[in-house]
Amino acid sequence: MSPSEDPAGNPEDPAEATAADSDGPAGDGAAAFVRRFGPATRWAHWSTAALTAVCLATAAVLYLGPLATLVGRRQLVSAVHLYAGLALPAPMLAAALSAAYRRDLAELDRFTPADWKWLRTRPRRRHTDAVGKFNAGQKLYAAFVAGAVLVMLGTGVIMEFGGAFAVTHRTGATFVHDLLALSLFAGICGHLWMASRDPAARLGMRTGVVPRPWALREHPAWHTEPDAPPTE
Amino acid sequence: MAEGTPVGRRVVFVMLGLGALGVAVGADVQRGTDRFVAPLRENDPTGLTDLLPSGGFRYYSVVASVPERTSADYELRVHGLVDRPLTLTLDDLSRMPQTELVRDFQCVTGWRVTSVRWTGVRLADLLDAAGTRPGATALTFRSFDGAYTESLTIDQARRPDVLVALTMLDGPITHDHGGPVRLYVAPMYGYKSIKWLAEIEVVDTVTPGFWEQRGYDVDGWIGKSNGRDDEPV
Repeated sequence: MSPSEDPAGNPEDPAEATAADSDGPAGDGAAAFVRRFGPATRWAHWSTAALTAVCLATAAVLYLGPLATLVGRRQLVSAVHLYAGLALPAPMLAAALSAAYRRDLAELDRFTPADWKWLRTRPRRRHTDAVGKFNAGQKLYAAFVAGAVLVMLGTGVIMEFGGAFAVTHRTGATFVHDLLALSLFAGICGHLWMASRDPAARLGMRTGVVPRPWALREHPAWHTEPDAPPTE
Repeated sequence: MAEGTPVGRRVVFVMLGLGALGVAVGADVQRGTDRFVAPLRENDPTGLTDLLPSGGFRYYSVVASVPERTSADYELRVHGLVDRPLTLTLDDLSRMPQTELVRDFQCVTGWRVTSVRWTGVRLADLLDAAGTRPGATALTFRSFDGAYTESLTIDQARRPDVLVALTMLDGPITHDHGGPVRLYVAPMYGYKSIKWLAEIEVVDTVTPGFWEQRGYDVDGWIGKSNGRDDEPV
């Protein structure tokens, strides 16, 4: 039984028990939950998600003829799209003030030989022994989103404020912006699909903590820190 | 601490490089893809091919919805400083001498549709039919969308490349393109070519139109206004 489940009746000091368990993922009587994401990471995730949703929804209205015909109000819709797009990198930049967020970024950035092997193996046959805090698919998706946000921002700025650019470059910027928007939409659908199949992962992004067995199963090589159960 | 190679940031750099390359050559690639997307689109009842990035017109409207007008209920009023105020049906306009232009359509936001075939009545002919009075220096156009307005000086309006257009793209102008009747001001940015044209008032001073009250240039010459240097049409 974990200390947090029975704090009153357990003579053992909960803090001491927690400290003793914090070395490795294994060990009986360990805390039932481990910390996965700090507040900065979660705040950056949900702010970026909200801004992305606004960008995609307004983009659909600007881009798809039937929706444009239905909604109209082009000036308002394009202003909302513009400001949501310009604000898109802000949560990630602000979160970079947090050391925990920067550690998450460093984890996402680095690929080990095991990551390459993981990518080359078919999903059902994958060995997860060497998977740390993030698996290779999560790392690739994070890099894709980071690159996509920058390219969308750059091409969007050329489209909106690019009077100094030649018309071919503005057309090119529009082409890249449109094509990458579709790729990003496909990527986000995949992201949501993966999340829909994994309640523990969703819990982690919502509350910051995940069940310890989930961490041991999905991310065995991740050095976890025990934590209190989620409060919502 | 994290170990391994920094693949994540390399992916980001590669994407930035591809993005820059796309900006450089995207216009040419798009011309290429348009060539095989366009026929697909014409035979696509699902509209799914509209998702592909491609050239062509984009739909812009400043209001939530625009009423539909057909040949049965469409009317164009020409009034103000004129000798003979006119109320013209689509049939009246069709019976007037038609002029054909094959010119590009350039939007101030950057997209351009090349070699669009337009036919319609020269605005100059319409003004002659109504007879402008002394003191008439400008026109105010109003759309039956209830919000959009535009302006031209009389001299601009009398240019031979300014049409009250009845067809575009080899057919009657569709509702989404501003049909049944819209203006086509070839040498100016698209916002001057008011859609869903309902009213032409001859006036003594230029009243800036919808977008012009929101910062766009009143004299919207392509390549010489709005801080842009597009190739003139």
